[in-house]
Amino acid sequence: MIGAIAAASSGSADTSYFARAERREAWSFALLAVPGLVVIGLLLIVPVGWLFVLSFIGKDGGVSLENYARLAQPVYVITFVTTFQIAGIVTVGSILLGYPVAYLLSQLSPRAAAICMIFVILPFWTSVLVRTYAWLVLLQRRGLINSWLVGLGIINEPIPLVNNFIGTTIGMLHVLLPFMILPLYSSMKTIDTDYLKAASSCGASPMRAFWDVFFPLSRPGLFAGTVLVFILSLGFYLTPALLGGGRVSMWSMQIATNVSTYSNWGAASALGVLLLVVTIAILAALNKVFRVDKLYGGR
Amino acid sequence: MLTAAASATQIRHYQRLWLYGLCALIFTFLIVPCVLIVPMSFSASNYLEFPPRAWSLRWYREFFDSAEWMDALWLSLRVAGLTTLIATPIGTAAAYGLSQMPERLTKPLRLSFLLPMIVPNILVAIGVFFVFAKLGLNNTVTGLVLVGIMLALPFVLVTVSSGLQSFDGNLERAARSLGATRLKAFLTVTVPQIKSSIAAGALFAFVAAFDEVVIALYISSGENSTLPRRMFANIRDQVDPLVAAVSSVLVVASIVLLLIVQIAKRPEKGAAR
Repeated sequence: MIGAIAAASSGSADTSYFARAERREAWSFALLAVPGLVVIGLLLIVPVGWLFVLSFIGKDGGVSLENYARLAQPVYVITFVTTFQIAGIVTVGSILLGYPVAYLLSQLSPRAAAICMIFVILPFWTSVLVRTYAWLVLLQRRGLINSWLVGLGIINEPIPLVNNFIGTTIGMLHVLLPFMILPLYSSMKTIDTDYLKAASSCGASPMRAFWDVFFPLSRPGLFAGTVLVFILSLGFYLTPALLGGGRVSMWSMQIATNVSTYSNWGAASALGVLLLVVTIAILAALNKVFRVDKLYGGR
Repeated sequence: MLTAAASATQIRHYQRLWLYGLCALIFTFLIVPCVLIVPMSFSASNYLEFPPRAWSLRWYREFFDSAEWMDALWLSLRVAGLTTLIATPIGTAAAYGLSQMPERLTKPLRLSFLLPMIVPNILVAIGVFFVFAKLGLNNTVTGLVLVGIMLALPFVLVTVSSGLQSFDGNLERAARSLGATRLKAFLTVTVPQIKSSIAAGALFAFVAAFDEVVIALYISSGENSTLPRRMFANIRDQVDPLVAAVSSVLVVASIVLLLIVQIAKRPEKGAAR
């Protein structure tokens, strides 16, 4: 305020006029975000808040922790273990498959990169449902993959690839891989190739230049992709529900089953709240070393 | 500069054969499930098989002749269209507001806009189902559009924000110093500069609303089933090639959309160079 007055009394140039106006206006710009915040408040905060309350209400209608105490039962523990296993495998798999692709894309000429990008973007654009369905067909007992494996003599008779852990993992890896490639690619694209040239002109071998210069610079993207894939895996519903064949019980499916089969809203909301807490805890831990809003394309 | 870079990559080509090979395999893994569905949809059989023993259009006929499937398709298109119309201006306004407001407000607000991407869908689904049950919004277009807007907002915000990031704010200041009002400067100077980001955001919003299935499993049913909702039920209950036909239509639609985006992007790129 005092600054504004001082600027008004001394400022004659246009710049101070704008600086003052912008400072005054800066706060009013928050209003532009209000409609969106209302939508998110009503459709996300209120429903999830409601579940939060529900999770602390016991069978007798009083406040209790019984819904959370239940989560120590073996059936839920198995679910948690399975979920983390699958999320871990999918995340590692997507790093192993995503890094080379992102690297190649970042090294190609713009035209070649645009063409290769189609292979990443098209799956990204195709509905998850469609892709999951395709895997169901590919991996079934008499599906293409089994007949190839038998034809090549790798296996003697078809092996169960779907309605189990393997099918779920393959399907999820396919759905989530672009979430690894895209942030990696965008962070690799910002790496100035002159750094690599400088490294090699200083006598570094291509290997050394890669590990000492390129890789560290690509870490923000790797970080973003890893967290994104891991978090999305933890809460994934569609693919495990269709490819797990009821044999793979992931966290989100357990929530759904509690609602649809047992009408146990207390247990479902406790599971949901815990899932959200774990997700946010991962992001918060990350926030110490990395700006989370960057993860989703922020500055 | 360009030629130097080109020759540097040419020298490396042969050393990188393993990388090309590996990436070709990964690209195959990524693309095959999206494309393989198409030949399978032309099967004459009652079961899914590849390659089909006999070809026919029967599953397409069944899809396009079925009132139920057509209703579902129409419902999804309406929901996605309405979502796009509403979410794009709301998200663009928020992105612009965020780019102008004081720093300390930016981060918490940005995070709240990203919540729909962070909170697991299944949790939102049962929560929204619960709230909509009280409000009588389950199985309504309004309910589906509201959910669509909420899910689409982060996509619009992120794409428009990234457009604004590369936009030089001084251009807008210049317009204002020449007498344009804030709104006029935004509409005539800023918007044309970021229009491709806004269009991309709108497209994302459409796709996000159209493809949504987990929440629809709860808040849409019976006659008010969206297309993905109906597909999900069909996949779970009876695996026949009908869904392959529907999926092929969707895959072709996404290829067409992708091509439109690529073509729309081109002139702008050329102008920038």
